[in-house]
Amino acid sequence: MTTAALAPGAESARFSRTREGATVLAVYLTSIAVALLVAALVLWATGGSPTTVLSAMLDGSVRADARWGRTISEAIPLLLVALGTTVNAKAGLVNIGQEGQLFVGAALATYVFTHIGVSGPFVLILIMLAGVVGGAIWAGIASALRYRRRMPEVLTTLLLVFVAAQLVGYGLKNSNLLLDPTPDQANRLLVSERLDPSTRLPRLSWFGNEFPVSAFVALALAVVVALVLSRTIVGFRLQMLGRGPRTAHRAGVSESRYGGMALVVSGAFCGLAGAFMLVGGDFGNYRLTPGFAVNIGWEGLLVALVARSHPIVAIPAAFVFAALRTGSGFLAATGVDRDITKVVQALLVLALLGPPAILFVRDRRRALAAARDRV
Amino acid sequence: MIVDFFSAVGDVLSSESTYSSGWRLATALGFVAVGEWIAERAGTINISVEGAMLGGAFAAAMGYDATGSIAVGLLVGAGAGLVVGAVQAHFSHNLTANQFVVGLTLNILVLGLASFLNSTLKPETAAAHVFEVPGLVEIPLLGPALFGQPWPLYLLYPLVPLAWWLVHRTRWGLEVRAVGENPQAADVSSINVNARRRQAIYIAGITSGLGGGYLLLGQVGWYEDSIVGGQGFIAIAAVIFGGWTLRGAMLGCLLFGSANSFRLSLPGVGHPLNSELLSSLPFVLTICVMALFAHRTREPQSLARPFIRGLR
Repeated sequence: MTTAALAPGAESARFSRTREGATVLAVYLTSIAVALLVAALVLWATGGSPTTVLSAMLDGSVRADARWGRTISEAIPLLLVALGTTVNAKAGLVNIGQEGQLFVGAALATYVFTHIGVSGPFVLILIMLAGVVGGAIWAGIASALRYRRRMPEVLTTLLLVFVAAQLVGYGLKNSNLLLDPTPDQANRLLVSERLDPSTRLPRLSWFGNEFPVSAFVALALAVVVALVLSRTIVGFRLQMLGRGPRTAHRAGVSESRYGGMALVVSGAFCGLAGAFMLVGGDFGNYRLTPGFAVNIGWEGLLVALVARSHPIVAIPAAFVFAALRTGSGFLAATGVDRDITKVVQALLVLALLGPPAILFVRDRRRALAAARDRV
Repeated sequence: MIVDFFSAVGDVLSSESTYSSGWRLATALGFVAVGEWIAERAGTINISVEGAMLGGAFAAAMGYDATGSIAVGLLVGAGAGLVVGAVQAHFSHNLTANQFVVGLTLNILVLGLASFLNSTLKPETAAAHVFEVPGLVEIPLLGPALFGQPWPLYLLYPLVPLAWWLVHRTRWGLEVRAVGENPQAADVSSINVNARRRQAIYIAGITSGLGGGYLLLGQVGWYEDSIVGGQGFIAIAAVIFGGWTLRGAMLGCLLFGSANSFRLSLPGVGHPLNSELLSSLPFVLTICVMALFAHRTREPQSLARPFIRGLR
């Protein structure tokens, strides 16, 4: 290796930085293009037309009447889940139990409003607190097992998703827990009582598009999470823990305290998302139902992955994923099954997982080659 | 209440169909657990087995629809499982992306793809015929369960000892175990760590695909999106429950399979029992066992840690 390459001039450094940026961009764009191409191929092979599907999806998510409000409504819980996931990802922990944490949060929120006996705006706050607590407890189990019994949090969070589904299912079968006790239900639907109108979250109506005010809470929380992670001691310690547990240990960062906190906070965000879904009215019509979580937890996790754990980037990512959800509602008219959107979502995530790994491998090859030259 | 419970258990235990259905449910898990066990010994918690199983089931339906042969269906199913496994392997042990993230995304991708293709192509399928092993099927209670089943089930019987032999009695198996315990040491012994891990995941993919195919052609008989419904995850739980030994993993499958059949047959004999409790049993039990015996079972020391030469 020549000395010029080891200590390049300012001119060539700037040039190489631009070129580097262009390469990174090119790798990402190629990767996304390949993913969309694969989705188009699947469609085309089964006799669907990619252009009509795209147009129907755009209609369903933004263009048609009152649809972008609906998309925002679905983006709120996705964003909240993604924010929580960002926190634990920064601490180097993998939480894949968002679906369960969200469901338990929503269930505890339901339990509170069905048993508290009063209604009103004050109860609304209590309901949301219950959601936060529910999600935090569910993640807290995994956290305790991680730091007391050294069980990998990935497994426990995943296994707890299925326990949560059964637990809430059990609650919805018993009228002293969650089931609506009114006897006049025709076919014994397993749903909870309906939320009293005075305890619901206010909804805004802009240009014929309706969405609950929790949208602003979610946006504000995104900014808060971004600031806490980048500008505070706590955020710094979390990131230190994520990047080098040994260094963090030497610097006096308690792994169990900060790691455990990150997991609990992550669960709390999911629980809040569940509570907002309940009081916002876009999911389950102000009732808890057996399939209440409708994959929001899983997809919120994907949003966090796509955003690469940047809280602010998660905002547009959540909107895009919500648009894929709401857009799929308009696919029935085109005769294409709505499950194609799941394919598109997963392909997009895979496409975005590839580039950083490819760039990492390339950088390592280069570094190894340089090291070999020096020897 | 207690007497009721025990009489219910007695009724269930004395009927042959309980054993039959329990064994059927356990073997479906067994196919997946065998492969997952090998993958975990090599150091990967391969959560894409759920997707491989579902992909295998759907591909088996397509294969049967196209040729009318159960064997071809199973083969196509195993092939689809291999494809899922290959994607998982190359993303996690070639590109070093996070294995859980890749696995989860693959599960979502396969679920979406299978349900989309199913609604468009609608494959027609049938269940495999029952083959009774002459003589052995006469054994009271257990005979019909073990030897009077749809024939694809018998594929598992040679598969289990084969997997044990492969991992514990061949050079390849030794290398796989070394890679799961101490990849750095394996690496300096000139073992290609990530290649071994990839190969182990391929095998997990194949057996999971086969398990999915068996589930479709041997048990259910038609494709539906919920056909797998978390059984891949239960198989992973069984491997962990079994403390990363093949014997333990198979025992776990048997236990979880019987719990599932209990849940299905209890209402049949007139004893409604808490079915949610039984459904969540595999997961709760695995968590409890891990928490209680964490210091006694020995997991592969590098489980779920990616290997990059020069980085620890």
